[in-house]
Amino acid sequence: MRNITASIATLLLFAGVASQGLAQGSGARNADRTASAEAFKKIAEVLRHPRCQNCHTVTEFPRQGDDRHRHHQMVVRGPSGRGTSAMLCSNCHQEKNSPDGLIPGAHNWHLAPLSMAWEQHKTDKALCESLKDRSLNGDKNVAALVHHMHTDPLVLWAWEPGTRKPPHISKEEFQALLKRWEKTGGACPTN
Amino acid sequence: MKYELNVNGQARTVDVDADIPLLWILRDVLGMTGTKFGCGMALCGACTVHLDGQPVRSCSTAVAAVGEKAITTIEAIGRTEVGQRVQRAWVAKQVPQCGYCQSGQIMAAAALLSATSSPSDTDIDQAMSGNVCRCGTYGRIREAIKVAARDTTTKGG
Amino acid sequence: MTDPVAARAADFSPERRSFLERSAALAGALVVAFHLPARRATAQTSPGGAFSPNAYLRIGADDSVTIVVALVEMGQGTFTSIPMLIAEELEVELSKVKVEQAPANEKIYGHPWYVLQTTGGSASIPAAWAKLRQVGATAKLVLITAAAQEWNVPAADCRAENGVVKHLPSGRSLRYGQLVDRAAKLPVPAEAPLKNPADFKLVGTSAPRLDTPSKVDGSAIFGIDAKVPGMKVAAISLCPVIGGKFGSVDPSRALSISGVHRVVTGEACVAVVADHYGAARKGLKALTVKWNDGPSAKFSSKVWRGQLEAALKQKGFVDHNEGDFRKARAAAARTHRALYVSPPLAHSALEPLHCTMHVRKDGCDVWLGTQAPARAQGFVAEVLGMAQEKVAVHNFLLGGGFGRRLDAEYVIPVAQLAKQVDYPLKVVFSREEDIQHDAYRPYFLDEMSAALDKRGGLIGLSHRFAGSSVIARYAPAWTTKGRDPDVAHTAETPYHVANKYVEFIRHEPPQGLLTGNWRGVGPTHHSFPTECFIDELAFLAKTDPVVYRERMLGKNPRLLAMMKLAATKAGWGTPLPARRGRGISVMDSWSCFAALVTEVTVNEDGEVKMDRMVCAVDCGIAVNPDGVDAQIQGAIVYGLTAALYGNITWERGRVVQSNYHDYQPLRMHEMPPIELHLVKSAEKPGGVGELGTSLAVPSLMNAIHAATGRRLREYPVRAELLRVRT
Repeated sequence: MRNITASIATLLLFAGVASQGLAQGSGARNADRTASAEAFKKIAEVLRHPRCQNCHTVTEFPRQGDDRHRHHQMVVRGPSGRGTSAMLCSNCHQEKNSPDGLIPGAHNWHLAPLSMAWEQHKTDKALCESLKDRSLNGDKNVAALVHHMHTDPLVLWAWEPGTRKPPHISKEEFQALLKRWEKTGGACPTN
Repeated sequence: MKYELNVNGQARTVDVDADIPLLWILRDVLGMTGTKFGCGMALCGACTVHLDGQPVRSCSTAVAAVGEKAITTIEAIGRTEVGQRVQRAWVAKQVPQCGYCQSGQIMAAAALLSATSSPSDTDIDQAMSGNVCRCGTYGRIREAIKVAARDTTTKGG
Repeated sequence: MTDPVAARAADFSPERRSFLERSAALAGALVVAFHLPARRATAQTSPGGAFSPNAYLRIGADDSVTIVVALVEMGQGTFTSIPMLIAEELEVELSKVKVEQAPANEKIYGHPWYVLQTTGGSASIPAAWAKLRQVGATAKLVLITAAAQEWNVPAADCRAENGVVKHLPSGRSLRYGQLVDRAAKLPVPAEAPLKNPADFKLVGTSAPRLDTPSKVDGSAIFGIDAKVPGMKVAAISLCPVIGGKFGSVDPSRALSISGVHRVVTGEACVAVVADHYGAARKGLKALTVKWNDGPSAKFSSKVWRGQLEAALKQKGFVDHNEGDFRKARAAAARTHRALYVSPPLAHSALEPLHCTMHVRKDGCDVWLGTQAPARAQGFVAEVLGMAQEKVAVHNFLLGGGFGRRLDAEYVIPVAQLAKQVDYPLKVVFSREEDIQHDAYRPYFLDEMSAALDKRGGLIGLSHRFAGSSVIARYAPAWTTKGRDPDVAHTAETPYHVANKYVEFIRHEPPQGLLTGNWRGVGPTHHSFPTECFIDELAFLAKTDPVVYRERMLGKNPRLLAMMKLAATKAGWGTPLPARRGRGISVMDSWSCFAALVTEVTVNEDGEVKMDRMVCAVDCGIAVNPDGVDAQIQGAIVYGLTAALYGNITWERGRVVQSNYHDYQPLRMHEMPPIELHLVKSAEKPGGVGELGTSLAVPSLMNAIHAATGRRLREYPVRAELLRVRT
C-alpha cells in the first residue's frame, strides 16, 4: 500500500515538475519565435537590397543599379543563369571587381536560379518561406542556408561592390543576425 | 611584374602592374591597335578580344587574370574559318561606316557563330547588343551575320 | 533649298583665284598623313616620272593613280565617293585608285564652298560635284593632248578609256603611265568639258568602299591609334566645372605607380604621362586635384532653362517675315500655340577625343582625326607662338565625327601640356572627359503659334525660338551683319503658308560651356517643333497628317512626291492595333527631299518599340546608292538615340552624364528595320549625311502620338508620360 502511494506521489511530483517545465519551454519558444522573426525582418532588408536583389530576379534578365533597371546590353539569363554562349556573364564579370571598381566581379558570377527568385515576394513572410523551402533552395536546411550566406563569394561581394553602394547593414551585423536567426529556430515572420 | 601572354599564338612577355587592363597591353605595350578603346567600362564592346575563344572586354580584364589563356585579337581572327566567313560577309554587305566599332563587332559575331551556327534574330540580339555602333550599322551587321552563317565557301588552309 | 552656309561662304573668298588654281600651287610636293590601304605616315615628295596637275591627283609612270582627298573619312564614304567622281572623269577604274588624305593646308585644300578646310554640313558631294570632277576632266584632257602630240595626230581623234588613250583611226594606244613625262610638261587648263551623266560608268553604281577591307581586319588607323617613335601617353583631366581653372595637385601617389613618368598641368587641365595609357589612367585616378571653380559653379540645366524662357520674352532677330502674321492671327477663326523643348546633346562618337603632339623649337607635328585640320593647326600655332606653317597636322580616319570634330578647342590643353615635354605626347581623353567636354547641341526653346481658318487650315505660322548661335562663334565670317545662316535654317518650314514669321532670340550659356555643330544642325533642331506642330494642327483640323501637309506642298513637287511615296510604301492609313501608330516627317534641305514614316508600338508601361521605318529620298543623282542607304540608316539611328536617350544636364556647373550607362546609345536589339526608297533623279546631287537624323525625331514623336494620343513636346521620351492611365 505504501509502495503505490509512494509511486503515485512520485508520479504526481514528476508530473508537476514536468508540466512546469512544459510551461517554461512554451514561453521560451514564443520568445524565440519573436526574436527569430525580428532577426529575419532585418535580414530581409539585406536580401531586398539591390546588391542582392538584382541577381535574384524572377525575370529572364538581371537588374542593375540602385534603381534596379533592366541590365543594359540585352544581357539575359540563358539556359543556366550564366548568360548566352556568346554573351556569358563572365565575359565582363570576372573573378574580382575590375581594377577601377566599376565592373562588379566575384567567383562564379551568375544569376540565382528562378527557384531562388525573391523580387516577386511582397512580404517578409513569403520571402522567408521561399528561402527555407528545401524544394526551391537546393535542399538546404537553416544551418546550411546560414552557412551559404556566410561563405558564398557572390553573397560576400555585396559588401565589396567596387564603386556601388553596399547594404546599409554591415556584413558583420548581417552574419550576427543570421546566427541569431538560426539559434532562435529560423522562424519566419507572420507577415 | 612580368607576364607571359599568348597573343595570337605568339608568346609575348610584358612588364606591367597586375591590374593593368589587357586592352592597354595590346594597344600601347605591344602596339596592336586593332582592338579599340571606347568607354573603359565594359559598356561598348569596342575592346572585345577572345580568351580561349570566349569574348571578353579587354578594357576591364586585368592582365593578371589572363594567365595561360589564348588571346585572339582582330588581327588574327581572320586565320580562323569562322573569322574569314565573318570578314567576307562584312565586306559583301559593306557593313563598316567609320569602322571604329567593327573590330569588336567582328569578334563578337565570330564568337556567336562559333557557338550557334545558324543564329536567330533573338540570338543575334542577345549576342550583339553589347557592341555599340554610333554610326548605326546594326541592320547590316545583322544581315552580314546571317550571310556568314550561310557561307559554305571554304578557303584553302 | 541650298545649304545656307555654303551660299554665304561662296560670296566670301579671300582670294580671287579659282579653286583649282589654288590647289595647283603646291602640285608635286605633298606631305601626306596616310594612305589607303592603311600604311604608316610618310612624308613624300612627288616621285620622278609622275604627272601631278594639281594637289589632288598624281599619276605615276607605273599607271598608279593617287587621289588626294581633302574631305575626311568619318564613315560617310568620302574616301570612295570623291574618288569615284574624279575617276569617272579621268576614265580610270576605281580599283586602280589609291587614296591619300590631304594634310592641313587651308590655302590649298580649303573646302570649295566653306573655304575653311572642313568636312561637314553634308557639303562634300554637292561641292565636289561642281568642282572636283574638273580634277579628273582636266587631267584627262592633258593626257589626251600628250598622246596626240606623241602620235602627231589631232586630239579630236583620240579617246581616253580605262586608263588608256586610244587613237581611234589607227588603233594605237598608250597607257596613262606612258604619257606622264610628256603630260607633266603641258599646261593644265582651268576647266574641261564634263561627262554627261547619261554616260557615267562608275558614278551611280554601288561601288564597294575602298576603306572596307582595312576596317574588317584591324589594320585601319584612326587618330587615337597614331604611333610615333619615342611617344609617351597621357591621361588628361579637364576642369569639371564650366569655365573653371586648375588650382593645385598632389602628384605623389600617381608618381609612385609603375610606368608613370610625370604629372603636367595646364590652364584648366592636369595629365599623367606614362609609358602606356593603362598606367596613365591609373595615375590619373591616384591624383588629388583642386580646381578653382570660377564663376559658373552654380550653373544648372534649371538655370539655363529659366534663362531661355526669359529670352523668349525678349525681341530677337527676325529671320523670316512673309505676309503679316499678326494680322492673320487677329483675323483667324482659331489659333493654336505650343512650346517645344530640345535638350542639349553630346556627340559621343565611339572614338574618344585624342591628340598626339610633338613640340620642337623649329616646329610642331600634330596627329589626330579631325574634321577641321587647319583649325587645329591654328589653335596649336597660337598656343605655341609659332607660325601656322610650322605646324604640320596629320589627319586620320575618324571614329565618328558627327560635327564634334569640326571643333578643335581640345588641342589647346594638349598643346599646353605637350610643350612641357620634348618627346611626342599622345593625349587620350576618357569617355567621361569626352562626354563632359563636348561642344553640345544647344538647348533650344521653340514657341510655335498658328493662325487657322475655320477648317483648321494654316493661314499664319509663327516660330520664335531662343538658343545659342553656333556659327557666330565657329565661323563669324559666315555670318552677314550678325545673321547666323544656319540657326534658323528650315525654321520657316517647306510649306506654302501665306503668312510666316521666324524670330531668333540669341542666348548664350556661360563662357566655357561650348555649343557646337551636331548632326543636322539647324534642320535637325527645327524639324522637331515644325513637323510635330504641323501634326498637332492636322489633328486639330481632324485631318489626316499626310493630307494636311499635301495641301501646303503644291509648290514643292519633289518633296510632295517623297511624302506620297513614303506614305504609300508604309501602308499609311491602313488599320493598326491599339497602342500602335504611324507618324510622318518631311525634310527639304541639303538639296535633298525626303520623308520618313515610323511605326511604333507603345506598351502599357510606356516603353516605345520602333516596329518599322520607311524612308523615301530624292537626293538628285546618287553618286553611290549603297552609300546613300548606309547614311540614311545610320543618320536615322543617330536621331533615334537622341529622341529616346539624349539629354545632357548640368548640376553645380558640371555635366551630370559620364558614360554609355547614363548617356545611352541605341543598341542592336532596339534597331528597327529601315526601308529606303531612293528615287532615280537627274538633278544635281544633294548631301545625305544628316538627312536621316533631321527626319527621325519628329517622325518618331508623331508616331508615338498616333499610338497613344499623347503629344510629347520635349525629348528624350519619358515612358512615365506614355503609361496607360488606370
